[in-house]
Amino acid sequence: MLELRALSAGYGRAQILFELSLEAKPGEVVVLLGRNGAGKSTTLKTVMGLLRTRAGEVRFDGQRIDRLPPYRIARLGLGYVPEDRRIFTDLSVMENLEVGRQEPRAGAPHWTPERLFALFPNLGRMPERLGGRMSGGEQQMLTIARTLMGNPRAVLLDEPSEGLAPVIVDQMAQTILALKKEGLCVLLCEQNLRFAHLVGDRAYVVEKGHVRYAGTMAELEKNDAVREQYLSV
Amino acid sequence: MTYSSVLIQFLNGLAGASTLFLVAAGLSLIFGVTRIINFAHGSLYMLGMYVAVWAAEPLGFWWSVPIAALAVAVFGAGVEIALLRRIYGAPELLQLLATFALVLIVKDFTLWQWGPEDMLGPRAPGFSGAVEIAGRPFPEYELFLIGFGPLVLGALWLLLTRTRWGTLVRAATQDREMAGALGVNQKWLFTGVFALGALLAGLGGALQIPREPATLLIDLSVVSDAFVVVVVGGLGSIGGAFVAALLIAEIKAFCIGLGFSQLTLVVEFIVMAVVLVLRPWGLLGRVPAPARGAGGAEPPLEAPSPAAIGALLALCGALALVPALSAGYTLVLLTDVLVFALFAVSLHFIMGPAGLHSFGHAAYFGLGAYGAGLLLVRGGLPMELSLLLGPLAGGLGAVLFGWFCVRLSGVYLAMLTLAFAQIAWSVVFQWDAFTGGSNGLIGIWPAPWLSSKTAYYYVTLALSAGGVALLWRALYSPFGYALRAGRDSPLRADAIGIDVRGLQWAAFSLAGLFAGVAGALYAFSKGSISPESLSVPRSVDGLVMVLLGGIQTLTGPLWGAALFTWLQDAVARGIDYWRAVIGGVVLLLVLAFPQGLTGFLRRRSAA
Repeated sequence: MLELRALSAGYGRAQILFELSLEAKPGEVVVLLGRNGAGKSTTLKTVMGLLRTRAGEVRFDGQRIDRLPPYRIARLGLGYVPEDRRIFTDLSVMENLEVGRQEPRAGAPHWTPERLFALFPNLGRMPERLGGRMSGGEQQMLTIARTLMGNPRAVLLDEPSEGLAPVIVDQMAQTILALKKEGLCVLLCEQNLRFAHLVGDRAYVVEKGHVRYAGTMAELEKNDAVREQYLSV
Repeated sequence: MTYSSVLIQFLNGLAGASTLFLVAAGLSLIFGVTRIINFAHGSLYMLGMYVAVWAAEPLGFWWSVPIAALAVAVFGAGVEIALLRRIYGAPELLQLLATFALVLIVKDFTLWQWGPEDMLGPRAPGFSGAVEIAGRPFPEYELFLIGFGPLVLGALWLLLTRTRWGTLVRAATQDREMAGALGVNQKWLFTGVFALGALLAGLGGALQIPREPATLLIDLSVVSDAFVVVVVGGLGSIGGAFVAALLIAEIKAFCIGLGFSQLTLVVEFIVMAVVLVLRPWGLLGRVPAPARGAGGAEPPLEAPSPAAIGALLALCGALALVPALSAGYTLVLLTDVLVFALFAVSLHFIMGPAGLHSFGHAAYFGLGAYGAGLLLVRGGLPMELSLLLGPLAGGLGAVLFGWFCVRLSGVYLAMLTLAFAQIAWSVVFQWDAFTGGSNGLIGIWPAPWLSSKTAYYYVTLALSAGGVALLWRALYSPFGYALRAGRDSPLRADAIGIDVRGLQWAAFSLAGLFAGVAGALYAFSKGSISPESLSVPRSVDGLVMVLLGGIQTLTGPLWGAALFTWLQDAVARGIDYWRAVIGGVVLLLVLAFPQGLTGFLRRRSAA
């Protein structure tokens, strides 16, 4: 469903991604693992069109999207949840959801504020709360809910567990598994190996913009050498 | 002042606030979403006035108002699609320059279409009489305006908070990129916002025609008023614009009511300076979030190679030989070029390496010119001393204004520098007894031994080249490196012990001093000075020169100054609508070379 072929990208003179390839299927949770600065977030931003692709291609449902502006990519049904949440702090919870709203899409779950409030009960208790007046965990819920309002078929999640209290992290894992059950394709970046094990089916280990390892989550768990070399700090 | 006259002045202020609010709200909306400061907003207002007067003739006033507003909105949408869309990615300053080019084009279009005479509008049928308030007659139309402002505020508030479009506008104001990643098509959102802003400006202009005639001078005066209102209220805040429009309009009304009408110009800018110093983000504005995905550090300013230094020295040599080959007009033009080269280099000194985007650099040029002229005419000093001491006026002005300015950054800094330039201009313009007022000073000629064109050319060459060399030398001293460090990362520079603000203040003052040298040289080359030498258009001339040359280059301002001075001279002499031509050329240059000429050439040679 989502396919990156020999993708290269970077900022200014610095190249970050070097011919990176990976794929993710519907109903599958794929985890990009790697240390700080490995190129995980850059990968997601490039897929989303927020960063220009220098070489290689990105395909979504077989269609090339690497030259499209972000809004066109979003309207094809690819959702993006940024690392730093980027909630519209001047807008209420309902208004944040409204910004993300798109028409129902064939082959994707249809989300309404009511359904999302069932998934994130905290948000349902504060529909008029301004985004800027919410806790980090609540904002993290809101940023995911906002993206789901676009009825995506696939979502890119940038470090959804970062900076959250342990109990919220578990809740986040449940949410991701719920999305998977809906048939969504999920590609997420993580540094938190425990969290990755909770949700992931397959993993790509990234270092310096190259894929160093690809395999199922279970295989990675057994491969101490890879974990030692690319993930431990 | 009696109770009733206070009341009447208060009501006058309220009526003035309404149109001011319409213009400022549009400017603020456009800035909020597109991050473009629309210099041409006053021109849209002016267009609204002219179209309304023109349409009122056959159709009557009440039809002309919506027609003018819609016409201006359509024009605004066209401008956004044809021009602004291409430059959203360009540096802030080039965007401003492009909108200033529009000012020139719209002005000449208006001149061509409706002629140079002021055009009187009709009265508003149904509101042409007066009612008695506190024993005095008060125009009904003013009462209508007093009610209309809050009505528009309410309508805008509903539009922004109760519609999907408004929600998207507010989201994009905060984080355009994220809104895009959620599927919001920014292109049409931006066009819509620009059209709405233009509509408000056009509406403001059209509603003004029963109160004052349409004139070609209204564009810059309205846009600087609107800048003040928007900055005082807080950029991007519609409520803030309303409060600030009330404040400014009331202050103006009371200045006029108390018989200090000359003070209005100064007072509003003093209010702005005070607000900016106490609340740098405006009354209802908020500290802007750090820009996302901004380019970060500028490319390093490489020291000129020995070959480049040789070439510059050769250029000086060649310039020194010019009088042997040619005299007369070439020398006069080259003298101008040299003066403006120094002016542009001094502006570049703070804009490029120090990152202080000044929109009022002409203030220091003009202060230097007036300093020299006043020392000669009123102080009775010899010409040589006046030429040497005059620039100190520019330097002292920069020391004073700079202290306030370096406390701000970005757009706010630009607006504050503009405000100070406007203060300096209005003092000079209105102080008839001392500065000669609008007539300026005459009889400022060089001493006899310098009176030939050739002799004065050599003096100009020596002082300009010397000034440029000194400023450039400073850029490669520890002072210059620290300035660039402070520009690229103020916090880190602070943390390693650099007094960023102090250095910026010093740089601002130094740049003011050398702009003053340029001004003094200019005064003696023309024999007279007028307030134009420190007006907003002169400041913009400097910006155009620097930006044409490329802001992050060393020698760019020289070429920019030469090209611009030559262009202005060549075009202004031969063509009636020279402003439009210059505007058109500037637009083409901005569209073709968003990094400036030198930046473009360098990229070409690097590729």
